Amino acid sequence: MSPALDAELDSARDAVSRARRRPARRHRILSGGLVAVLLAVFAARVLLGDFTITIPDCFRIVFGAEIPGASFILMESKLPRAVLGVLVGVAFGVSGAIFQATLRNPLASPDIIGVGLGASAAAVFAIVSLDRTGMPVAVSAIVGAVAVSALVRWVAGPAAGYRLVLIGVGVAAALTSVVQYLFTRADVYDAQLALRWLTGSLNQVDWPAIRLLAWFLLVLLPLLVWVAGSMRITELGDDISAGLGVGSRRTDVLLLVAVVLTAVAVAAAGPVAFVSFLAGPIARALNSGRTTVLGAALVGAVIVVAADYVAAYLIADVNLPVGVVTGAFGAPFLLWLLAHNGREAA
Amino acid sequence: MSLAAAPSGESTPTGGIPRRAGSTSAAIAAAVAAVVGVSVASLLIGSRPISPDVVLDAAHPLHGIADARLGRTALALAVGAALGLAGAIMQGLTRNPLADPGILGINAGASFAMVLAMSVLGISSLTGYLWFAFAGAASAMVAVHAIASFGRDGATPVKLAIAGAALTAALSSWTSGVLLTDRQTMETLRFWQVGTVGGRDLDVLLTGLPALVVGLVLALGCARLLNTLALGDDLARGLGRRTVRDRLLLGAAVVLLAGGATALAGPIAFVGLIVPHGVRAVVGSDYGRVLPCSVAYGAVLVVVADVVGRVVLPPTEVQVGIMTAVVGVPVFLWLVRRGRMAATL
Repeated sequence: MSPALDAELDSARDAVSRARRRPARRHRILSGGLVAVLLAVFAARVLLGDFTITIPDCFRIVFGAEIPGASFILMESKLPRAVLGVLVGVAFGVSGAIFQATLRNPLASPDIIGVGLGASAAAVFAIVSLDRTGMPVAVSAIVGAVAVSALVRWVAGPAAGYRLVLIGVGVAAALTSVVQYLFTRADVYDAQLALRWLTGSLNQVDWPAIRLLAWFLLVLLPLLVWVAGSMRITELGDDISAGLGVGSRRTDVLLLVAVVLTAVAVAAAGPVAFVSFLAGPIARALNSGRTTVLGAALVGAVIVVAADYVAAYLIADVNLPVGVVTGAFGAPFLLWLLAHNGREAA
Repeated sequence: MSLAAAPSGESTPTGGIPRRAGSTSAAIAAAVAAVVGVSVASLLIGSRPISPDVVLDAAHPLHGIADARLGRTALALAVGAALGLAGAIMQGLTRNPLADPGILGINAGASFAMVLAMSVLGISSLTGYLWFAFAGAASAMVAVHAIASFGRDGATPVKLAIAGAALTAALSSWTSGVLLTDRQTMETLRFWQVGTVGGRDLDVLLTGLPALVVGLVLALGCARLLNTLALGDDLARGLGRRTVRDRLLLGAAVVLLAGGATALAGPIAFVGLIVPHGVRAVVGSDYGRVLPCSVAYGAVLVVVADVVGRVVLPPTEVQVGIMTAVVGVPVFLWLVRRGRMAATL
């Protein structure tokens, strides 16, 4: 082989490996940036607002010091809300990204096709009719979410596409009625509580709920990383991925994990509207069009914590549920996506 | 818009309008009988059943129950008729089998405008906020169609349905936001939000009735326009119709009917979806027959939903809006599964 050809080959190899490294580097930069944004939003949520806490005070309280007033507000309201916001944001973001990637449709996120409301209806049933709290509620939510996704999948048939989305939207409408019914028969009607289970809220948070959700995430997320190796391939479609050795069984397991993730997050904070739907596409756009589950998780967490900040302080004296804010801003984005998609690729 | 989506094409696969005069008069007779039958049942059945002579005897101690049931029965009849008719017009107007004032966000638009009127502007009379319900219904209708008609194939059923669902989600978030800041409006609207005909007296109905009647007359007068529009805009224009004016007239009828019904009973979905499909299966696709039958069977469906809701889960009452969703969703799923419309966006 001539030295000239050798040099050319080398430079070609370099070019290829550079081109391969670039997305990975971009992804690292993106993740770092999102972590920084999340930390900033988290700090704002914990420290600012109508009761400001200084950074040294914050650390002192977390490590056990008692500061009258500040201790209570930080440990019972601000900190748990921020932590729960991060956890449910991660759960919703991850499950949304998985749904959108494996079903290959940005509209097929668990909150739009009724999975979140399925979990919610089952959880409300456990609370209102069976008088349970804690773990049984979470289990009931998981059962509800799995049942609803199985139903939607079964009714939509094998080659789903937009039919799946449409059926999910119909099922979600019915489940909204179920939740509303369960609440109109509760003796004490609490608007905050009803909205929590319809649009999601961090207002009634406590540490046991956070601990439960954290345990679930600790189990589910590593499991996901293990299964998700094949996700980039499943995005190519059923036939190609089967040809490349990734069967549909694996896709089903992936979707099941995503459904359970949605369910445990719903059990902790209600079906926070549109977070699953928004996180995936935003992370993807930031990552120059490549699906990124880590990015979606971070974007989801940023959305929930930031929206909760807005919800808590937008109107004085009224603690809006976070889902009202994400719904009010998320739905217009869905409309935009619909109009935009129609123009591009209808 | 694809022809596959045209409801007229689906219910009569052979094409053309079948002449079924016999079955039509039978259907109308059956409709009248059904309306009378369910109205009587609605007076008698409930958590406390009463006998017919109690209804007739004004001095009977239980006569108050009959009075209360009379109000809600009349309201259910009016609201059901309006919603059934609005759904039939919308399905013809958009040539879309999934059209329904609930699914396409029109009810949500009317509710949001009403809540704004009550909470922000402090309007408390039904006559006052009825106008806001109309404005909200009209804006939502225009918005959903504008959003869905972007793109090459225009407003396909799928895009309309998803745009309607998204608009409903946004509007109900904003409605909840406003309600949470205003305890008093919340208390007034707590049950109204679910869609109910209970707890209203005849005055409420009388206030809203003029709008419903105008909408009804307008709609029934326009039945022939719908037949022409069903051929497609090009053909309709070729036959000498001014399609834009026709669409505006029919749209105005939908706004009056759906907005009025929402103001009276809250957002009730799926009535406008189920009724016209059922009617079309019996009387064919001529709107001259579909519209009157949709009026009658819409009324029947809402009254039946109300009566069943009273007794199905004692001791509580299931609101009409919930009952119609329970019945309507399977129909919706069946339509989606059967239709070819879901293949493309």
